[in-house]
Amino acid sequence: MEIRVNPISCKAHGLCAEMLPERISLDEWGYPIIDGRPVPRELESLARRAAAVCPTLALVLGADRRA
Amino acid sequence: MNLPRLLAGLDRPGPLTLDAHVAVHGEMPADVSRSWRTGRTLVEEIRESGLKGRGGGGFPTARKLASVLAARGRPVVVVNGCEGEPASGKDRLLVERAPHLVIDGAVACARELEADRIVFAIDSDAPATRWALQAAIGERPDAGRRGLVTEIVEMPTGYLSGQETAIANFVNRGQAVPTVVPPMVFERGIARRPTFVGNAETVGQIGLIVRHGAGWFRGLGTDGQPGSALVTVGGGVFDPGVFEIEYGAVLGSLIDAAGGAIEPVRAVLFGGYGGAWVDGSQALELEISDRSLREVGATLGPGVIVALPQTACPVAETARVAAWLESQAAGQCGPCVSGLASIVGTLGELADGRAATDAGARLVELAGLVTGRGACAHPDGAARFVTSAVRVFATEFADHAAYGRCPACSSTPILPVPARRLARAA
Repeated sequence: MEIRVNPISCKAHGLCAEMLPERISLDEWGYPIIDGRPVPRELESLARRAAAVCPTLALVLGADRRA
Repeated sequence: MNLPRLLAGLDRPGPLTLDAHVAVHGEMPADVSRSWRTGRTLVEEIRESGLKGRGGGGFPTARKLASVLAARGRPVVVVNGCEGEPASGKDRLLVERAPHLVIDGAVACARELEADRIVFAIDSDAPATRWALQAAIGERPDAGRRGLVTEIVEMPTGYLSGQETAIANFVNRGQAVPTVVPPMVFERGIARRPTFVGNAETVGQIGLIVRHGAGWFRGLGTDGQPGSALVTVGGGVFDPGVFEIEYGAVLGSLIDAAGGAIEPVRAVLFGGYGGAWVDGSQALELEISDRSLREVGATLGPGVIVALPQTACPVAETARVAAWLESQAAGQCGPCVSGLASIVGTLGELADGRAATDAGARLVELAGLVTGRGACAHPDGAARFVTSAVRVFATEFADHAAYGRCPACSSTPILPVPARRLARAA
């Protein structure tokens, strides 16, 4: 699984980083920085919750393109 | 075989009429989907030629065309004649002076892709471009007719108006700002159809490849980067303007062709305001090709080359252009909006001597923070420009940080920056 942010939709609510600090941190303005490593199976459920909790639905989950 | 190619016949003023164009370049082959020499399709011929996009991205043109062919839906062809780069004039010049060559390339692409629509995207503040195109289209039996609709779209003037997603967005929804990819425009662009967007020069090169083939095209340039290219040379030279070169030409000889440098060159900006500075001591010996420029951290981008004379202030120039780049952001993506504001603020403090001692490192950090974080490549370009300035002008940046503004800060600007547009009263 791969996590991406739609930078136009993202409004820096920061909930994704709270849900998945293992892969998402916030920059100095509050916008998410995604750790590019693939999401291991045990984190996939949290990644889905991070996407679901975003008020602007800016977090996009996709199949890992390198897989 | 020799230069000029794109600029052939332009030694007299005004646009080439259809008759003059045919006299210079010859008739376009009637069946352009099959090259008369080899039996290759146009896409194969272009792949063989090695042609890459001339708008700045440098993407192989044949791959773009093949992607459009592979996508679902009736394709649309867009000729991107927008000249958002303030220091560039090549695409406007080509469309205004050799409109038929560009139209030839567009018609050839449309036939190959079986497109029924050609869109010429130009700047709204370029009436001469529109007049030249309108007059040229009116002369042609093969464009602007039933089965191949031809339209001119005037993009609101701005740095990002030439982004291909911005053109599709403007035609579709009247909004001249980039959109998130995917979907790429070659999958879903204008009217949700697969859309080939070619820079005006790229399309003009196709107008030549259709006639002469890939082998001829490769007769100039380097093995890795064949062909000729249009470049706009500006800054501290006696005779600035648009030149046609072959890839691999040495910068020093191009500067000579532009009348020579007015004074010793402190640095050269390659690739426009999303490009990079190269120190003057190494720039003049450089070959103008992606390979040789990449070694010094630069690219040719959309063919912009500006020589910075040694009496100019690089810090003031960089700060001014960075502020303009910030003003040109679409304002859609948070990291770009916040990051460019921080970069411009830090540069301003640095230029005035109000900055912390590690301001240069802070600029590099900010540049890293915005890179890759926008829907389009605008923050990446601004970051590249500023990072290269910090690297090449380390001495001047340190001097400004320590002592504030220098006497050259207020001298006449070298890098052109369009006047900010005042909001027009309704």
